[in-house]
Amino acid sequence: MARAQEHTRSALLDEALGPGGPIIVFDKVWLAFDEKVILREVSFTLQTGHTKIILGASGAGKSTILRLALGLLTPDAGRIFVNGEQIEGMREDELMRVRADVGMVFQEGALFDSLTVRGNVGYKLVDELQWPGDKVDARVEEVLGFVGLSDVIDRMPSELSGGQRRRVAIARAMAARPRILFYDEATTGLDPITALTVDEEIVKLRDLEGVSSVLVTHQLRDAFFVAEHTAAKGADGVTFARAERGKTNQAEFMMLKEGRVHFEGNADELRAAAKRDEYVRSFLS
Amino acid sequence: MAAGLQNWLKDAVLEVQEYVRLVGRVGRGVVSPPFYYRDAIQQFDQIGFGSLTVVLLAGLFTGMVLALNSGITLDQFGARSMVGRLISASMVKELGPVLSGLMVSGRVGSGIAAELGSMLVTDQIAALRALGTDPVRKLVVPRVLGGVLMMPLLSILATGIGMVGGWIVSVLQFHVASTIYWTEVVQGLYMQDVWMGVIKPFFLGFTIATIACHVGLRTTGGTQGVGNATKLSVVASSVAVIAVDFMVTKVMIVLLY
Repeated sequence: MARAQEHTRSALLDEALGPGGPIIVFDKVWLAFDEKVILREVSFTLQTGHTKIILGASGAGKSTILRLALGLLTPDAGRIFVNGEQIEGMREDELMRVRADVGMVFQEGALFDSLTVRGNVGYKLVDELQWPGDKVDARVEEVLGFVGLSDVIDRMPSELSGGQRRRVAIARAMAARPRILFYDEATTGLDPITALTVDEEIVKLRDLEGVSSVLVTHQLRDAFFVAEHTAAKGADGVTFARAERGKTNQAEFMMLKEGRVHFEGNADELRAAAKRDEYVRSFLS
Repeated sequence: MAAGLQNWLKDAVLEVQEYVRLVGRVGRGVVSPPFYYRDAIQQFDQIGFGSLTVVLLAGLFTGMVLALNSGITLDQFGARSMVGRLISASMVKELGPVLSGLMVSGRVGSGIAAELGSMLVTDQIAALRALGTDPVRKLVVPRVLGGVLMMPLLSILATGIGMVGGWIVSVLQFHVASTIYWTEVVQGLYMQDVWMGVIKPFFLGFTIATIACHVGLRTTGGTQGVGNATKLSVVASSVAVIAVDFMVTKVMIVLLY
C-alpha cells in the first residue's frame, strides 16, 4: 500500500483539471486482488467525443479498467476522474450521480432476464429517472429503432439471439442519453456479420450522437472498423465510410501487457509499432 | 494447520463483518429514499402468498400429529379432553413460528440466494449499479421487508390451521367434543403466549431474508457457485431460525413472564 501514497500530480491530471479537459482520466492507477497485481500505474485520458480502444490478452486488465471507471471497483492507488469528478473515494450514493452520465454494455449483455426487452431498455428511465409512461415508450421505441430491433420489443431476453442481446444492451445503455459509453467485449463470440452490426452501432453512437466511448476488445477486426470508419445520416438513412486521417486520430488504441500500458497511439501508429515491437506484432498477426 | 485455522477465522470474521454491513445498509434503505414500492409488493406476494400452501400443509399435519401423540399419552391419565390445551400452547408459542420459519427458509431463502447469485454471476447486479441503482435498495430491502412482514402472517395461519388439524384428530380419533376441544384451546393460552407467537416471526423473517440475500450477493464461481450459495443459504438460515428462536424465547420469557 506504500505505493498508494506515492502520487505526485502528473501532467495528465493537470490537463484533466484544466478547462476543456478530457472526459475520463486515469492517473497512475494500481489495482491488485490479494497478491495478484492486475493494473500497474495505468494512466490515460479520453477526450470528449473520442474513442479509446483497449486491447490486450485475456486477464490483462482490460475489463477491470471499465469497472474502475464506473466505480464498480475501487483502485488501490491512483486517481480516476470521470466527467471532471474524482470518483475513487466516492460512496455508492455519490457514484450514482456520476453513473447518470455513463452507460455500459457488458460482455454477455447482462440483460435482466425477468424483464422484457421494453423493460430492460426503459429500466433506467422508469425506475431511476421516473419518466412518465408515454415518454418512456417513445424513447424505448426510438433507441430500439436506432439499433434495428423494434420488432423484438415485447420479447424476453431468453428469446433473443446473441447479437440481438448485445444490441438490446447497447439500446439500454444509450436510453438515458449518456455522454460516455463503455463496451466490454461487445462483439466477442459473435459471428463476423453480427459483430459488424454491433460495430456499426458503436460508430453511429459516436458520430451521430456525440458519445465518448471506451471499447474493450481483443477482436482486432472490430477495433479497426470502429477506428477507421465514420457514420453519416443522409436522405437514404445512415451510411458508413472510411474515415479521413483527422477522424481516425480521434480513435486511440491502448494495448495492455501484464497490467501496464504497453502501447498508446492511433491505428497507423499501432501498425507501425507492430514492425518493431514483438508483443504488438504477435497480437496483430 | 495454524495457517489454515487463521484463514478460516479470517474468513468467518469477514463474513460476519459483511453481513453486519449489509444489515446496516438495509436499515438505511428502509428509512431513506429511493424506495422501490413495486418490488416490495412483488416480494410480499412471492414470499407471503407463494409460501402459503407449504406453510399451511406443514401447520395442518403438525397439528394433527401433535394431537395423535399427545392424545395417546393424555389418554393414559384420563385427560384426553385436554388435548386442545396442549396443542394451542405448543403451536402458538413454538411450532407455528419455527415450522413456518423452516418452511420459508427452504422455499424462499433458497430462491432468494439462487436468484441474487445468478444475477451476480451474469453481471446483472453490476448492470444495475451501472444503471444507477443501488442493488441493496432495489433487491435486498424489498426481500427483507417481505420476510419481516409476511412471516408473522404465515405463522399465524400455520398456527390456526395446526389447531384445526388437532381438532380433526381429536374429534375423529379420540372422540373429544368440539366445544370441549376449542374451550381447552382458549383456556390453554395466555396473552404472553400470543405475544411470543406474534413477535418471534418478525425476527425469523428478518433472519431468513438477510442471510439469503447476504449469501446470494457473495456468490462466486459461476453456476456451480449458485448451487453452493443456494445450499448454504438453506442450511445457514435453518440453523439460524432455531438459534434465533431460542434467543428470542429467552429474552421474551425474561420480559413477559
